[in-house]
Order: sequence, then C-alpha cells, then structure tokens
Amino acid sequence: MAQAAAVAKPPAPPRRRRASATPRRLPYLLIAPAALLMLGFIAYPVISVFYYSLQEYNPTKPWRNGFAGFDNFVQAFTDDPLFWDSLLFSAKWVFVEVGLQLLFGLALALIVNQTFVGRGLGRAMVFSPWAVSGVLTSAIWVLLYNSQTGVTRYLADMGIGSYGTSWLSDTGTVFWAAIVADLWRGVPFFAILILADLQSVSKDLYEAAEVDGASRIKQFWHITLPHLKDAIILSTLLRAVWEFNNVDLLYTLTGGGPAGVTTTLPLYVANTTVDAHDFGYASALTTVAFVILLFCSIVYLRLSKFGGEK
Amino acid sequence: MITKEATEVAPVPATVVPEPPRPAKKRRRAWDEAPRWQIYLPLGIYLVFTLIPFYWILLFSLRPAGSTSLVPWPMTFDHFEKVWTDRSFGTYFQNSVLVGVATLFMTTLVALAGGYALARFNFKVKQLFMLALLCSQFVPGALLLVPLFEIFAELQMINSLGSVILAETVFQLPLSIILISNFIKNVPYSLEEAAWVDGCGRMKAFRIVVLPLLRPGLIAVGSFAFVHSWNHFLFALMFLNNQEKQTIPVGLNTLMGADSVDLGALAAGGIIAAVPVVIVFAFIQKWLITGFSAGAVKG
Repeated sequence: MAQAAAVAKPPAPPRRRRASATPRRLPYLLIAPAALLMLGFIAYPVISVFYYSLQEYNPTKPWRNGFAGFDNFVQAFTDDPLFWDSLLFSAKWVFVEVGLQLLFGLALALIVNQTFVGRGLGRAMVFSPWAVSGVLTSAIWVLLYNSQTGVTRYLADMGIGSYGTSWLSDTGTVFWAAIVADLWRGVPFFAILILADLQSVSKDLYEAAEVDGASRIKQFWHITLPHLKDAIILSTLLRAVWEFNNVDLLYTLTGGGPAGVTTTLPLYVANTTVDAHDFGYASALTTVAFVILLFCSIVYLRLSKFGGEK
Repeated sequence: MITKEATEVAPVPATVVPEPPRPAKKRRRAWDEAPRWQIYLPLGIYLVFTLIPFYWILLFSLRPAGSTSLVPWPMTFDHFEKVWTDRSFGTYFQNSVLVGVATLFMTTLVALAGGYALARFNFKVKQLFMLALLCSQFVPGALLLVPLFEIFAELQMINSLGSVILAETVFQLPLSIILISNFIKNVPYSLEEAAWVDGCGRMKAFRIVVLPLLRPGLIAVGSFAFVHSWNHFLFALMFLNNQEKQTIPVGLNTLMGADSVDLGALAAGGIIAAVPVVIVFAFIQKWLITGFSAGAVKG
C-alpha cells in the first residue's frame, strides 16, 4: 500500500559490498511498475468496495443513492435468505470440490511419478484439462449432459439416470454434475502441484527405508506424505480460495440455477452486480467475502512462513 | 531442487548383476517400479474420464447436425465455418490473441523487474511488498468488477481491449513475481558478480548471464499469463460491450443459452477456444512442472 510513498526514502544498505556499485534506487525503480499497477487496480478498488458497501448505490435508481451506514450488512445478515444459502453453498462447494481434488490429485501425482512406458504421453494426456478454461469446461459438459444427445442419454440406456432431463436442470443432480465437471479440470492442476513437490523427495530416504525393510505403503506414510505436507497444505488452501472465488464455471454452466441451488456467494455478487445493478449491496456482500478470505490468507501466512529466509 | 530425472525418459533398470547390486539400482527397483497393473489400471480409468469429454466435443464439432452417430463420419466442417464467420469467432479469435500476447509480454516484463528486485536486493519496503503480493492473491477479481468498471470508464477504456489487458496483467502479476523471483534466487549471485568483474554493467550481466538461465521460468510465467488471459471470461464480459471487441470465452458463453440448440456450433467454438492453449500446453508441459517446483510450491 505504501510502496509508492516510500520510493523517496533512502534504501537499506545493499546486501553485498559489490552491489553498491549500482544506484540505490534501483530496487524501487524495479518494483515501481508492479506496485503502481497493483495500487491502482487492486488496492484502490478494494478500498472503493469498502466505501460502496456503506452506500446505497444503484445506477438505475439514482434518487435513492446516498450514505446507508450498515444497512446493507444488516439486510444481508437478517433479511436475505439468498445470502445465507449462497454462503452455505459456497462452503459445501469448496469443501467437497477441494477435498475430492486433493484425493484424486494426490493419487494421480503418485501414479504419474512412477517410471513406466509412455509416461510423458500419459502425463500430457491426464494433465491436459488443466489448460481448459472454465467457460470451455462448461461448454463441454453442457454437451455431455444434454438430455437429447449427451452422454447422459447413453448412460440412461445402461440404466443410470433417466431420459429426457438434463442433469444440469434437475435440482437433485445439478450439484454432483457441476462437481464432476469441475473435478475434470481441477484434479490435473492439483496433481501438477503435488507432482512438482514429489520430485524433490530425496531418493536416498527410500533407499534407506528399503534397506530397513519398510513396505511401500509404509514408505508412503513415513517418507512421502510428511515430505508433501507443506505442499499439500499450501495447494489445498490456494485451491480453496480459488474455488471459492471462481465464477467462470458456475456462471456459464448453471448460471447459479436451477432455482438458485448452485449460487455461490461470489456468483450471487456477480448477479447482484450485473443483473440487479445493486452496487452498494453487492459491495457489502463482497466485503463479507473478503473477511472470509482474509481469514484464509492469515492461515496461509502462518503455514507457509511466506517471506522468511530460506 | 529440481531433479533432472523429472523430464527425462526413464532409465532402463539394470538387469541382474553378478556382484551384490549397488544400492542405487536397488532403490530404483523398489520405489520407482510399482507393479505394472497398479499404474496402468488407475491411469487407464482416469484417462477415460479425461478423454471422453474431449472426444465428445470433437465428435459434435465434426458430425452433421442431427446425427447421433458415435463416430464423426461423414465428417463436416460446416460448424467451424459457421461459428468462424456467422458467429464472429474469427474476430473473437483475433481479439483473444491480442489480449493473450499483450498480457504475456506485459506480465513477464513487469514481473521480471519486480522479481529481480525481490531476489537480489534488501530494501525497506521489501517485506511490505511481499505481503501485498500475497494478500492480492486473495483478492478475487470477480468481486472488484464495480470499481474496476468505474476506473476504466474514467480512463475511457471501456470497450477497448486495453482494459482487459490491463486487468488480466494486474491479476497475473503477484504469482508471476513470486515465481520469477524464486527462479532468480536459484541462479547463483556469484555468476552475476563475476560478469561485473569482467566489465559488464548490471544490465548486460543480467542479459547475458541470468536471462538465459531463466528461460524455463519465463516460459512458465509467460505461458501462464497467456493461458489465463485467453481463458478468462468475466473481465471481457464486463468491460467490452461491443460485439466486435469480444473475446472467445464470451463468444462461447453466448452459444450456451439454457435452451441451446446449436450444439454443433457450440462444440466447434469450443474447439477453436481450446486449440491455442492445447498447443501452448503441449510445448511447455515439462517446463511447467519445473517452474512449479522451483516457484509455487517452494515459495
């Protein structure tokens, strides 16, 4: 926040003698573009959101605009079942989605970390949905779930599900339909993160364990899993925040429906912004979401010891 | 550290040696060589889950409308022609390429500067800057739509691709800076110092010593920025009202109405959206994993 203001202050002595040959302002010049961009397009908007959350602000009803105090928050917490529903659905969505991603991602990473014929190709293929966007994922699964011509029709032939209804328009199936669609793209991402860390496990440890006669399952529990602990905690938290924030997939796949049963809090905010133009109320909801995310980032900070010396 | 083995073809396990086997060979057998079926069976099942959706969209894009055949035969490219011209995907494609490439260069350049500062200097606001980078990871771009819209309106950038490029760059920056600075930390400082002794300036030393070693990191960061901006939906939806300025994901979304009937067009549009990222992904796959192990996870 204060980076720009601090540019004029004298910098700390350079870490090494020889670096003093360079201008002392160099690090500030180097971070200036990033700092300015982030100040202008992240920090300032965040502050605006806090400000708007205390306002009645609707461009389509300008006569009502003005200071509202905490009315927006009071309304959200006491008089808006949609808010609670969307918050609850967010929690459910993140919990199930990230839990399953972790489980399958870990398994997938362990498998493709082995040496086997065709590993490169295998990795490329199982990781490929990583590159697919939320909207494209939606497009693909809209085709798969189509009631007339989708895979669901062929599954119905085999006795799974029934004809004529799309899994996306049935309140009973839409949750799992959306979960599976997002897993398709999310598991590879998780697997890539875990695989990256798997490759830094020292092989000597396995060698020693082998000499001591430890089974492969024991090796996994006592060597692999402890080594991966940090990576798993980090990637789980990152994914949780990401899944919480992600709007692309559900916005385009279900639009929050049917009957609002797949509306996450951010999706509710997006709808309040885009459709209802209730900017003040949307900002209050955003502020609530921030507080939740801030809590996550504090946990993240604690666990990752970010910025500490290596 | 990154093991070289990660990207190489697996070494052939040694056959029986008359001498007591060296430990190196022994552990390779023990850990790297799980029973074959334990690898191929789950991988096969997972591959089916991964590939069927790809096959499905390919099938729909290639078979004639109304066909229920499970193989795309007779094959037709009508759907592609239709979305490319009638549904303006040609224009969307151009816009997306422009946004992706511009975001790639801006992100990489700005992140390279910031990452270098973080990796090589101690300065007063360093901790604060890192904290800001971290916190911004948790700021959802989607929730800042209202103020961002107002900023771009103020800057007269609504309906210009510049607004999307800027927004995508900014939200890519934090992770990119962290990644690049971790990469630079892995390049020994003494290499740079040696180049200064040989009479290079800081810039030149950086260019000829550090930059070549950063290639995997830059590829990872750049492709990440490209893929993200190519795929991202909400900024383009909000900041670009004019149909001629829209990007591929928004075009795709318009084909996806609740009572979407033209599934062939939707599938063809999806293929067009996927092709560039799949190509990028195929080329960078191995750098990407190295990039992650040096950067994201070890942060």
